[in-house]
Amino acid sequence: MQDTMTAGSKAVLSSDALQALIVALARQGYTVLGPRVRDGAIVYDEIASSGDLPAGFRDRQDAGRYGLEPREDGAFFGYAAGPQSWKRFLHPPAQTLWSAQKTPDGFTISREEVSVPKLAFLGVRACDLDAIAIQDRVFCEGPYRDEAYATRRANVFIVAVNCSQAGGTCFCVSMQSGPKADTGFDLSLTELLDGTQHRFLAEVGSEAGAALLAELPHEPTTGAHLAAADAIIDNTAKQMGRHLDTDGLKELLQASLSHPRWEEVARRCLSCGNCTMVCPTCFCTTVEDHTSLDGFSATHVKKWDSCFTLDFSYVHGGAVRTSGAARYRQWMTHKLASWIDQFGTPGCVGCGRCITWCPTGIDITEEAAAIRASQCVKEESDGGA
Amino acid sequence: MTARPRPRLAVWKFASCDGCQLSLLDCEDELLAVAGAVEIANFPEASSAISDGPYDLSLVEGSVTTAHDAERILEVRKQSKFLVTIGACATAGGIQALRNFADVGEFISAVYARPDYIKTLATSTPISAHVPVDLELRGCPIDKGQLIEVLSAILAGRKPNIAAYSVCIECKRRNTVCVMVQGTPCLGPATHAGCGAICPSFRRGCYGCFGPMETPNTAALAHEWELLGASPQEIVRSFRSFNCAAEAFRKESEAHGI
Ligand code: SF4
Ligand code: SF4
Ligand code: SF4
Ligand code: SF4
Repeated sequence: MQDTMTAGSKAVLSSDALQALIVALARQGYTVLGPRVRDGAIVYDEIASSGDLPAGFRDRQDAGRYGLEPREDGAFFGYAAGPQSWKRFLHPPAQTLWSAQKTPDGFTISREEVSVPKLAFLGVRACDLDAIAIQDRVFCEGPYRDEAYATRRANVFIVAVNCSQAGGTCFCVSMQSGPKADTGFDLSLTELLDGTQHRFLAEVGSEAGAALLAELPHEPTTGAHLAAADAIIDNTAKQMGRHLDTDGLKELLQASLSHPRWEEVARRCLSCGNCTMVCPTCFCTTVEDHTSLDGFSATHVKKWDSCFTLDFSYVHGGAVRTSGAARYRQWMTHKLASWIDQFGTPGCVGCGRCITWCPTGIDITEEAAAIRASQCVKEESDGGA
Repeated sequence: MTARPRPRLAVWKFASCDGCQLSLLDCEDELLAVAGAVEIANFPEASSAISDGPYDLSLVEGSVTTAHDAERILEVRKQSKFLVTIGACATAGGIQALRNFADVGEFISAVYARPDYIKTLATSTPISAHVPVDLELRGCPIDKGQLIEVLSAILAGRKPNIAAYSVCIECKRRNTVCVMVQGTPCLGPATHAGCGAICPSFRRGCYGCFGPMETPNTAALAHEWELLGASPQEIVRSFRSFNCAAEAFRKESEAHGI
């Protein structure tokens, strides 16, 4: 092919080109991670071929509920956000930061070498792209840059997939993060299925993406392809399982710190921490020091932590957030309000994972709406008095 | 570079199955390191050479179910600088605390040919109901990694890393797909971490071996179990196992009316 690809260039791929894409990434030394079915869910894991992709499955998601169902149309990407996000590959659940060794005249400390595999993420949704951009800001901007994260991040190739179907707990439209991937990818795909043909509209997002697309068998786009892709995205945007009214939400929440709703949600909340673990933007960690039995060596380990644990708010003498209400309020107001003060955007991208994977189905959109509703009632009665 | 002085270790057995003590012997890779770091002064399960106290560290397995044991634990405490209970029996009363919910006299007459030979208390109680305990290690059985962590922490004079949050946090760190959200009732959200979330990784709900977590909301969890179709009897049985006498689990089991 003689065409030159640049950012924004588009082309049409046959569904067979997916296999060529996976092979090309592997040839460039990438470990390809993508969606596959495991334990009754569509998880992100290593894939070797397009045969590993979850063709024939769709997910059914609701508050505290998840299940897979068959689908007839053979779509490779006909499901929404998975149980865990790409976070675990960029910000692993446990990392040794350094280790120390006693010597005859003191001790030595060695920094843990980060092994940085080249990873290709296949099937990153718009919400998760936004979440990656948020974690980039958290870890790489400001005075305390996380070099290990930055190194891993620099080695990632991202193939985004525009959602052709929203999940039951998705609300990316409310958070303006999806369902179309606008930026932050090397290549993006929209799956076009019209009953007779199975194709992908590919869009280039970077030079590396342009080079890769040029290697794959592709055809020029037609107006019909572009219109079909737009229609798919419009349709997905109309299917959002959840909605969050973000208008003035930060101010509303920050003015509602003593709202009775926090106690009410605490009666249902288990303080189990699942919402924070599955959230693609939650970044908190704790550190542990371990020593060997002989006392000659020590390691300093960083692990995912959660604001739902007591130790999280432990300061000398005890935990500050002893009630479930205080812990839930911390989590929700951080995601939707104080994150904006800290990093300039909300810490929520509307992926819906915290709703689906909460064992008691606590729904961040419902909680925010309840606080807003009672606030409106209050204003009305104040105004009417 | 001098080796540290070797603290004197004693291991005591009360009403229990020996499984937790065996976890120590099961520390194959670390066993030599343990033996090098501490002087095993009194551990009948491992060695018949027993030397007198006092001991720097006592590991206590089992619950108190007899008047004799209630006396014996006082002596163990006196002889021990650090006293660490190991396992659900020592920490919560164990499965044998099911007697606390029934009439032990009836059990005795049903089971033994000569009930008058049996001298036992009406309840099974944790060690902490009798003497002050420095640290409680949960589990049925304990996790050997946690045991090594506690030993190395005590040797180094640091706080052991024994998290009291839910099993769910370990479950998510290991990337298990939540079985509860997929419809299988799981005790993980109310259960103390420590096992590494083994059962969900085999697609089973958590059985609660490590007892209640730091802030257990058992009522909300039991309500969700009901929505998943669990019967009151299943709920009672689940909360009433190895940690049936732990306050939060006992109360929740009693709330479901059996
Ligand atoms: S708060 Fe919930 S919906 Fe928002 S990004 Fe996190 S997991 Fe997704
Ligand atoms: S939140 Fe939006 S971008 Fe994310 S999976 Fe759902 S529809 Fe796709
Ligand atoms: S909101 Fe749900 S997932 Fe989060 S801590 Fe509470 S019960 Fe667990
Ligand atoms: S499977 Fe059980 S332990 Fe694991 S996250 Fe779900 S509820 Fe928690």
